[in-house]
Amino acid sequence: MSKIKCAIIGPGNIGTDLLYKLQRSKVLEPVWMVGVDPTSEGLARAREHGLKTTDKGVDGMLAHVKADGVQIAFDATSAYVHKENSDKLNALGVMMIDLTPAAIGPYCVPPINLKEHAGKREMNVNMVTCGGQATIPMVYAVSRVQKVKYAEIVATVASKSVGPGTRKNIDEFTRTTAGAVARVGGADEGKAIIVINPAEPPMIMRDTIHCLTVDAPKQKEIEQSVQDMLAEVQKYVPGYRLVNGPVFDGNRVTTFMQVEGLGDFLPKYAGNLDIMTASATRTAEMFAEEILAGRLTLEAVAA
Amino acid sequence: MSTHLEGIQIKVHDMSLRDGMHPKRHQITIEQMKSIARGLDEAGCPLIEVTHGDGLGGASVNYGFPAATDEEYLRAVIPLLKKAKVSALLLPGIGTVDHLRMAADCGVTTIRVATHCTEADVSEQHINLGRKMGLDTVGFLMMAHMIEPAQLVEQALLMESYGANCIYATDSAGYMLPDDVTARIALLREKLKPETEIGFHGHHNLSMGVANSIAAVAAGARRIDCACGGMGAGAGNTPMEVFVAVCNRMGIETGVDVFKISDVAEDLVTPIMDFPVRIDRNSLTLGYAGVYSSFLLFARRAEAKYGIPAREILLELGRQKMVGGQEDMIEDTALTMARERGLLKASAA
Repeated sequence: MSKIKCAIIGPGNIGTDLLYKLQRSKVLEPVWMVGVDPTSEGLARAREHGLKTTDKGVDGMLAHVKADGVQIAFDATSAYVHKENSDKLNALGVMMIDLTPAAIGPYCVPPINLKEHAGKREMNVNMVTCGGQATIPMVYAVSRVQKVKYAEIVATVASKSVGPGTRKNIDEFTRTTAGAVARVGGADEGKAIIVINPAEPPMIMRDTIHCLTVDAPKQKEIEQSVQDMLAEVQKYVPGYRLVNGPVFDGNRVTTFMQVEGLGDFLPKYAGNLDIMTASATRTAEMFAEEILAGRLTLEAVAA
Repeated sequence: MSTHLEGIQIKVHDMSLRDGMHPKRHQITIEQMKSIARGLDEAGCPLIEVTHGDGLGGASVNYGFPAATDEEYLRAVIPLLKKAKVSALLLPGIGTVDHLRMAADCGVTTIRVATHCTEADVSEQHINLGRKMGLDTVGFLMMAHMIEPAQLVEQALLMESYGANCIYATDSAGYMLPDDVTARIALLREKLKPETEIGFHGHHNLSMGVANSIAAVAAGARRIDCACGGMGAGAGNTPMEVFVAVCNRMGIETGVDVFKISDVAEDLVTPIMDFPVRIDRNSLTLGYAGVYSSFLLFARRAEAKYGIPAREILLELGRQKMVGGQEDMIEDTALTMARERGLLKASAA
């Protein structure tokens, strides 16, 4: 079976972990790794894995996109440069999976709205944030049973798994996540809290999801819905676990999750990073399956 | 009595309307805030913090929804004050620069940006903005007992480089003993710029609030957090009326009238408490095991709901090195302990 060729922009921890996941995919094949630093370890590692690399940014790859048949690109750089990267590649008919918080395209949380995006022929989809990927499925698990007037998530991550970009703009995390908790999760109002814990050995990512329902919670249905959603997420993040809950307390429904990574390139405790690369891979695979089945043709977008 | 600290001028900063929100489950009314703030102002307290207990934007399921919004409290209190100024607390990850702008618009003169003691670099955008807006900008390093003084200095230097003009060593767990305070404050004083102020925030869980604050002053701190009537998380903060009395005896100048402030404590603060804020077996455990003081009421509620003694929950949270903000893990930990002890019906997980 042929595979859809992919490029990864950003040879850091996320980009490298993504490379490992893409190499296991039945429908995706990573062929390019794009960086900006000639001394980058990530670029060297990608070359060892047989990828073509450039240290000239996206511009260094543009001339080869057609010849090498790149159809999907992952951006694991920063929100600041994402739009430019996306415009240049969309103009060549390459679709963009955005792992930065730029969010110029619609949010994608695979178990909730992946299929919807395929139908709309999106050329740029955004993976929200790590906290969003870990929690929004559980907000939706409640909101698909009954109306949720307010949903709040608390994501606690190991200090070692939080990079300098997130640290410099932590507000972007809380804003983007809160917005997607409401919009994709299906709550009238969303709030997001992030806590960074420096314990050694590093703690595995924890996520708590509080939903306030309008009417008394339908406990049996919510319990079933949570279990169903758990199974859906576990398809691409096997270490996604329900530790406790759902707890019902008046109109509050709370689930307590743990997210352990696969340990591809990133350590297992960094479930927050793993769930991003796994979600992005899952998303790209769905688009690739559509392309391979002839149901989707990517077209160039005028920049 | 004359001492080696005679003549030193310090600024006391009242916490009863912010840290005091914790034992009140964030339910202090606007009227209560106004009456206490007016009393503090008349007693000569120069700076009063007014925010949700967990800082701006703390209103949440996780920490508790307050009786009024941060903005409503600030707009009610600030115009009443003749001399005292008002500060707001902000924890990046909970509140954002939008909250900071709102608080500045309400008229706060001081913004305090709080992070766990090892995570100062999440405060850059907030400290930058506070300073740019001309606010008295404080970096507030919480749970400072968890790291060595030299590590604390590294984090303090980051906050100073972002623009903080005052850095706090914050004993959020009320765990420190006077020597711990001396070591941290003295090294901060030595390594930070001379014009950067040093502050200390204590909790009274081991009854060390006053002694620790005096140690901080002796080591170079010039801002000391106290709570009138001691109303704060855990066994409360350093009680202001007691601290001011001790300062008077030692010749440390606070500008606060000891009798007026003790009247505010007795007549205005104590009557609104839902329970005596004091050292009991649970708040003692916070100080003894080094656990975030705001966890107290959550652990008590978990005890009532799941039948696990609050003390055991708190010890477990300490063992797992939970940091401020992880209030969600209290119910989670209680559930896990209850299941392990066969106290939970089989329905969950």
